[in-house]
Amino acid sequence: MSEGLTLEIVTPEKMAFSGTVEEVTIPGTEGEFGVLRGHEAFLTSVDIGELNFTKDGRKTYFAVNTGYAEVTANKVTILIETAENSNSIDKDRARRAKENAEARLAQVAKDTSEYERARLALLRAVIRISVAEK
Amino acid sequence: MASLKDIKRKVSAVQKTKQITRAMNMVAASKFKAAQSRMENFRPYASKFMDVLNSLALRVESISHPLLAVREPKRLRIICMTSDRGLCGGFNTNLIKATERFLKEKTKEDKEISLISVGRKGRDYFRKKAKIIAQRVDVLSKFDMTLAVAVSDDVITPFIKEEYDELYLIYNQFVNVSVQKPTLVRLFPLPSIGQDADIDPDTRLDYAYEPSEEALLQKLLPMYVHVLIYRALLETSAGENGARMAAMDNATSNCEDLIRTLTLKMNKARQAAITAELMDIVGGTEALAKG
Repeated sequence: MSEGLTLEIVTPEKMAFSGTVEEVTIPGTEGEFGVLRGHEAFLTSVDIGELNFTKDGRKTYFAVNTGYAEVTANKVTILIETAENSNSIDKDRARRAKENAEARLAQVAKDTSEYERARLALLRAVIRISVAEK
Repeated sequence: MASLKDIKRKVSAVQKTKQITRAMNMVAASKFKAAQSRMENFRPYASKFMDVLNSLALRVESISHPLLAVREPKRLRIICMTSDRGLCGGFNTNLIKATERFLKEKTKEDKEISLISVGRKGRDYFRKKAKIIAQRVDVLSKFDMTLAVAVSDDVITPFIKEEYDELYLIYNQFVNVSVQKPTLVRLFPLPSIGQDADIDPDTRLDYAYEPSEEALLQKLLPMYVHVLIYRALLETSAGENGARMAAMDNATSNCEDLIRTLTLKMNKARQAAITAELMDIVGGTEALAKG
């Protein structure tokens, strides 16, 4: 393959995507970043957020959970615990999850692990809602 | 001899039972196939993750993470992973026996031990016999990585807070469809990773690590726990259904044997009844002829 960037999105359930793309945008821990072919090799961690890639001019959106991204000049391997395609997100479920998380955050004291869990649940729900709308 | 009617009733009951066991066998077979393919699909994730984790660990000089902390093991916790439903042969009984042996052994050594139950069968058994500190029942029929993350959260935070010293996991390792082995592993403190993995140093790519090797490792270690627990969950699900297939298959052939025996008995009873009736008629005719 002389052109294009190979992208693999690996999850515990299956390979969520495998193919050639033009560009991929990853929600890294240090911030969102885009990868084109010919990028320097690096390994970074991925946080809860929106991942998108452009293939044949069309953009596809995923809501992803934590993991890591391995980038080389012609291949990007993203390993994450969950990845949901924008079409397969149930908006109502995500909205309910958001409301539950907000309710919990209001009740639980800050600086506890339960607060942190609720905060992450809220973040995940918010991302899923936003990706579902794309 | 039991009456003909009773035997007929029994044959009908055993036939109905046979239909049920055959159906359960088929359902278990299809669930088993699904569980097996999930295990297959998990392999690329698990092996890629371990490659990255091991090569990262090799690059970091001294890994320090609370999950690696070695303390004197006075307070232990054990995750006991059984199935939710029974009728799967020795699957749960063997695991529960092995768990009990472990509990007895550690109690003899004067250690404080508490149980985390994943799966209803283990929970129901140990309810009054051990200290159950957390439980997740009726979750095995439909689960994904989120369950593994939830169970991990149950155990990671208290360990970091030093509420206990060692964590074990006991589950049925999937050997093949008819063999499942109760296996005990120590989860925390985590073993030293990467030290004895055979990674060819030349094939290790030189990456730039963002934010840093240490920070990445800190992030990946909890994910490692998720991988271990998720794998155990997959093996438990596959093993449970494989064991149920075998148990229901046995039950079905036992039913067939029983039906065969009962049918013979039924025919003997039927013939005896006919003979008795004939004797009655003949005797009656004789009596009439004489008188």
